[in-house]
Amino acid sequence: MLGFLFRRAVLALLVCLTVLVVAFSLTRLSGDLAVSIGGPNATSEDIATIRKNYGLDRPLPVQFFDWAANAASGDLGRSYLYHAPVSGLIKERLPITLALGMSGLTIALLTAIPLGIVSAMREGSVLDRVIGLVALLGQAMPSFWLGLVLVIWFGLKLQWLPISGIDTWDGFILPGIVLAFSAIPALLRLTRAGMIEALSSDYIRTARAKGLSTASIVLKHALRNAAMPVVSVAAVQLGFMLGGSIVIETVFALHGIGYLAWESISKNDFPVVQAVVLLLAMIYTALTLVADMMNAVLDPRLRAG
Amino acid sequence: MTKPVLDIVNLRTGFSDGTAAVRGISLQVARGETHCLVGESGCGKSVSALSVMNLLPRGARRSADVMRFQDHDLTRLSERDMARLRGDKMAMIFQEPMTSLNPAYTIGSQMAEVYERHRGASRAAALDRAAQLLSRVGITAPGLRLAQYPHQLSGGLRQRVMIAMALMCEPELLIADEPTTALDVTVQAQILRLLQALQAELGLALLLITHDLGIVARMAQRVSVMYAGEVVEHGSAAALFAAPTHPYTRGLLGCIPIPGKTPRDEPLGSIPGTVPRIGQGFAGCAFRDRCAHAAPACGGTIPDQAVTPAHTVRCTMALP
Amino acid sequence: MRVSPSTWLGILVVGAIVLVALAADRLAPWDPFAQDLMQRMVPPRWMEGGSPAHWLGTDQLGRDYLSRLVFGSRISLLIGVLTVVTSGLIGITLGVVGGYFGGRTDDVVMFAISCRLAIPLILVALTVVALIGSSLTVVVLTLGLLLWERFAVVARTTTMQVRNLEYIAAAQAAGASIRHILLREVLPNILPHLVVVATLEMALAILLEAALSFLGLGVPPPLPSWGLMIAEGKDYMFFSPWVIMVPGVALFVLVFGINLLGDGLRDLLGTARR
Repeated sequence: MLGFLFRRAVLALLVCLTVLVVAFSLTRLSGDLAVSIGGPNATSEDIATIRKNYGLDRPLPVQFFDWAANAASGDLGRSYLYHAPVSGLIKERLPITLALGMSGLTIALLTAIPLGIVSAMREGSVLDRVIGLVALLGQAMPSFWLGLVLVIWFGLKLQWLPISGIDTWDGFILPGIVLAFSAIPALLRLTRAGMIEALSSDYIRTARAKGLSTASIVLKHALRNAAMPVVSVAAVQLGFMLGGSIVIETVFALHGIGYLAWESISKNDFPVVQAVVLLLAMIYTALTLVADMMNAVLDPRLRAG
Repeated sequence: MTKPVLDIVNLRTGFSDGTAAVRGISLQVARGETHCLVGESGCGKSVSALSVMNLLPRGARRSADVMRFQDHDLTRLSERDMARLRGDKMAMIFQEPMTSLNPAYTIGSQMAEVYERHRGASRAAALDRAAQLLSRVGITAPGLRLAQYPHQLSGGLRQRVMIAMALMCEPELLIADEPTTALDVTVQAQILRLLQALQAELGLALLLITHDLGIVARMAQRVSVMYAGEVVEHGSAAALFAAPTHPYTRGLLGCIPIPGKTPRDEPLGSIPGTVPRIGQGFAGCAFRDRCAHAAPACGGTIPDQAVTPAHTVRCTMALP
Repeated sequence: MRVSPSTWLGILVVGAIVLVALAADRLAPWDPFAQDLMQRMVPPRWMEGGSPAHWLGTDQLGRDYLSRLVFGSRISLLIGVLTVVTSGLIGITLGVVGGYFGGRTDDVVMFAISCRLAIPLILVALTVVALIGSSLTVVVLTLGLLLWERFAVVARTTTMQVRNLEYIAAAQAAGASIRHILLREVLPNILPHLVVVATLEMALAILLEAALSFLGLGVPPPLPSWGLMIAEGKDYMFFSPWVIMVPGVALFVLVFGINLLGDGLRDLLGTARR
């Protein structure tokens, strides 16, 4: 097991390194970065100055290793736009995105797991089909559009919840719901399939023969075994949600790293873009590692092997 | 005869696809008695047991004129009350020890929860009881085993755990569905010896389901031979082995070669063909397609005939 | 084999939208690009102040909303199909090669899939479009280069299953070239699974294009992309909610139809295998 985790960790490191290269080359796609930074009104002297100030006149490999070495020591460069260290900007914005992601995941799990269980227990029933249809509807919903509709409906017509900003905790509810929608279908299908398999297994027959309560049979015996793939996918989905929060943060005007990234992209602030891409990739990779470890905790067979 | 622990009259179980898996069987199991339900796979013997326990898969329906366990009318009990009996007064062990235990929990946890559920015991008391029973079923170092997970145990050990778990609350009735089929031959013998010893010690009513006549000969006081959802012959083990009357029983025992149907060199106890799947509304003897003695009368309704007071058979040849 | 009602619904929805896209020139009552500043923000016909000339009203520049919606179906379908073709080519090639050869080759493919999954999709797509400049081609290529991993995963596992079957061994024994085995023996057998993936990816690509256009870095204006229509209507949505409802519902219906179709295909394949 330890060997397996070690191999996974090495792989994760390699993945992060590759993304580092990708993130760097991405921002060099446009050709001359200095021209992009300078904007349309820059004179050729301005551009030459920018090139010199940002070190863009050096050969690409030098620039890359310089950036990578600094990134490894926590220095992600300076934002052209904010004239501040990128790491500071990210530190300031990341908690908002993490809180958003966590509320999205929480809402998704609290919806998908109970619905998946009910669906599995009534496999083939009308209820099961209705739940499946709802999942399909959720899958087809463009998240930014859903966000806008919820803003119109809840924020303006009903005035229940704040429609933008996070001055209070309930500011996370609407964006959390929208984010959850994207993860619910996958989690629901997985829970349902896992529960159907678990409920038809021999050990559930044993649990019933022992006279255990339905709650214990379903929640303790079946769900525990059905939970393993759900945990993996939940971790992956959280990663996707953090990456996808760029759209939601824009809709709800939440100043997390997604919003930061969008601003930086539109304003050619490439050190920030590079850093956010790298950060999200690292978070995603770390999450998949955590999922592997959690599965090892959940499944005694993995732990021993 | 004292009142049986389990008394079933005319049990019928059908599946949603129209299959009639059990077609009106009757059987009784008394305290301290081993009743063997014997037949080929697919004859409905497991379904009968699951019907008694009310553990049938979804979509299956059971009905009976009488289905009485101790003083409980099982046909009228709600699932909630049924669950109170299961694991407490009536217990069951299964054929597949490899998959019958939950891979995610320790042996101790799985054994203890039965006692906690039915006796309201604390976890500590339940684990003590579990350790006691593990040593009772011949497992050394029970303390160690309690902390282990199913995958760390061999098949034989797991079946011992299943037996110990079934005995946690000192049941009156133990249903064992092919408990040794999945095990090695040497382990089989050990498990059977263990069941015998436990039964003698605890006065269990044991309903043993098997396809193996060797096991029947060794364990049973009473035998019911099942074919295609019916009990075709029933009697004391002594009477049945001494004078098997139904052609199917005889075929199973292999003591009377059926002329023209049993090839000379075939091992004894082999009957050509397989158990048919029976739908609703089937009439007559289901064995007649495989029977050397099939006659036109076999297509009609056949009542049970008493060979001796304690030995009945359902066959046209036994009709007076 | 029975086709379920929900699959029929999917076929119907997707079929109808394809027909609309094909006949957009005939169906659209107005030129989707023609502005009429005297007729701005006219609500749909059935609402108060609606005009019989504009069934679904007009946008902030006085362009006929129905005509834009009809032409917008072309963009969504075009993006969906072209992206799937691009990403399918990449993903299937990688997956089949990894699954067939195994060993080191497979390790490399798996590593590529891991890296692709770690890259934040929307962020990178936005960056690429921002740097290169927005156009339909750029959006298609960007999404195509990013959405191949599910094709690769499915192609890889199914190829592994097929690889060990007898007819592959027979073809190998008969001295068939690897190219022949992969294209003529392996590919046709894994194709049904890939078709299901294609529907999922097509739905995803359509949603992503809409999201990119919504963020202003997808299809450039004045093209009538449904995502762009929502973005342009956003400022007016509190007073005239229909400006975002109309394109949003269209987008939703199309993606829902494709998903129904994909689910139906998967079920058909499931029963076929059994």
